[in-house]
Amino acid sequence: MVSSEHKSPIDPTPEERRKILAIAGLELKTGLASGAGQAGGSKIFRRVMAGIALIIPAALFAVIFFLGAYAWKAIGFNGIRFLGTINWSLGNLYGNGVVSHGYKIEPGANYGILAFIVGTLASSLLAIVFAVPVSIGTALFLAEKAPTKLRPILSMVVELVAVVPSVVFGLWGIYVLVPLIAHVIGPAMTALFGFIPFFNMHNSSGSGYGLLAAGIILALMITPIIATTLYDALVQVPKELRESAFALGATHFEVVTKTMLPTARVTLIGGIVLALGRALGETMAVLMVSGGGLNYLPDTIFTPISTMASFILSQLDSALQDPTDMAVKSLAEIALVLFVITVAVNAAARLLVRGSRNVGQ
Amino acid sequence: MSGSEGSVRVGVAGGKRSALETRRYLFNIIGWLICGFAFLLIAVPLVDLLAVVIIKGASAFSVKLFTTNAIHGGLLNAVVGTLVLSLGSLIFAVPIGVGAGMYLSEYGQNKLGSVIRFLADTLTGTPSIVLGYFSYITMVVGLGWGFSVLAGSLTLAIMVIPYLTRITELSLRRVPTSMREAAYALGAQDRTVAFRVVLTAGLPGVITAILLALAISVGETAPLIYTAGWSTLGWNFHLIHGSIGYLTYVVWTYINEPSSKAHAVAFAAALLVMLVVLAINVSARTVLSRRQ
Repeated sequence: MVSSEHKSPIDPTPEERRKILAIAGLELKTGLASGAGQAGGSKIFRRVMAGIALIIPAALFAVIFFLGAYAWKAIGFNGIRFLGTINWSLGNLYGNGVVSHGYKIEPGANYGILAFIVGTLASSLLAIVFAVPVSIGTALFLAEKAPTKLRPILSMVVELVAVVPSVVFGLWGIYVLVPLIAHVIGPAMTALFGFIPFFNMHNSSGSGYGLLAAGIILALMITPIIATTLYDALVQVPKELRESAFALGATHFEVVTKTMLPTARVTLIGGIVLALGRALGETMAVLMVSGGGLNYLPDTIFTPISTMASFILSQLDSALQDPTDMAVKSLAEIALVLFVITVAVNAAARLLVRGSRNVGQ
Repeated sequence: MSGSEGSVRVGVAGGKRSALETRRYLFNIIGWLICGFAFLLIAVPLVDLLAVVIIKGASAFSVKLFTTNAIHGGLLNAVVGTLVLSLGSLIFAVPIGVGAGMYLSEYGQNKLGSVIRFLADTLTGTPSIVLGYFSYITMVVGLGWGFSVLAGSLTLAIMVIPYLTRITELSLRRVPTSMREAAYALGAQDRTVAFRVVLTAGLPGVITAILLALAISVGETAPLIYTAGWSTLGWNFHLIHGSIGYLTYVVWTYINEPSSKAHAVAFAAALLVMLVVLAINVSARTVLSRRQ
């Protein structure tokens, strides 16, 4: 989060000047050093620097290429069943490998990840449902209502939530959140909404590990992303807009919700999509509190689930027992699917929040 | 945007409010109460998390914990392993990340620059487990390194390079253009301007970026499990062919063991990780906000 106060209101920072020019449809051609040092510039030096920078795209394409090459056989064997069936079974590992459709597999092996796709989407969407209202409230509070002196500390609190390591969130989840769900939240929801089977804890194991725990932990992890993105957008809303709304007699809350929030809408959506990308790929915390359900779709909000990311981590050991390697290659295919989904989501988010000052953390 | 503007009231004519005005006035109060409550919803779990980790973790601290390896119930090998892996990742990540950041800030105002910027952001958004699995099939299995320090460090490096790049770029961009122009006017070469002028002036920001990268690698778990493996013994000083222990693995596995002693060690490991992460982030953010 960047403080909105500058030393002088008529002296825009370079960043603001760039933005102002961008809004006016102009481009700042004096882009730092580019073009400046033609006389003393050495082409070789710039090429070397470009070469270093190109390592990043190279790494990204290496990830795609090697995952794809490794998963190639699994992609051929699994076909579309991979995405459409819920049965993940390594088959009879003590039987002799059989040849099915030209691929050597263990008898009875089937790799279907629909349950994990559903688990991933359900936990991430639940997290978004929890996180969006909390983030909006938090951002509005920090940008408009928090005492000026306390604001840096309060906004740091929100930012620190984003840097807590995933595994520590998982630890807190196991120690605090899961018992809380099992003994307080779960029974309360069952008492209030128990007539809807989806919210009735008696229809599940009732351990507290499951979809709800994963959703809440993910919500905590992504709230700072949405809140800081929105905050940055809110403090950039032109002062005139606020002031004219106040002058028309609007209450402070009306000013914020009816004039400022609509201005920041696109950035807010971008922040939400960015957060979704993070939630989809989150591994450790989800693995620790989701209960690791296999081969069934969640029928209540308390049902144990697995996400694609947590499943890859938890299953590699057992997949290695398969001498035909098809299980390990199918895990690579999951990684590839997860990668494609997160890249698509992130690309959409970057397009939406382009120009926001977030570095993506 | 001070809080005093919040005291603007709906027009009060003759001291009496109409029903509509009363409703808007109440809405204003209720709305802000909800916003404050939303802030609490995010702040209270953080405070609780910190309290739990600090209280349970600190009570498990003992001399034995820091002087023995995991096989004897201590954390010595995990502390050393986390340092080795994180600093090892910086050896790879700093030259590449800072170099790429310099390129983007100094010469990256073109198509190539925006493509690299976009792909760096894409790499940032890639789930760490996907990177871990990539390293597993290429380095651990493909190159036959086995679970090793090198595979773990390289995986962490791939993870933090895009962060380093983008934060470096942002801090170098803040260096005034006039400084570059002055150096060029004195006949300086690109290399001199980039390293002696821009990098020197932007050094605090770059160091902040490196520290933030360190904090990220200290807190990572998922990409290490199938690259660095896990060992209850001290590091054998091999770069390949040799698992190594690290703190986040302790947090993950020990909390699922039945004994309360193992739980205490898990909290102690979590506290150590949190201390590093918080110290780096709080100081970095304080420095950054002061510079703005």
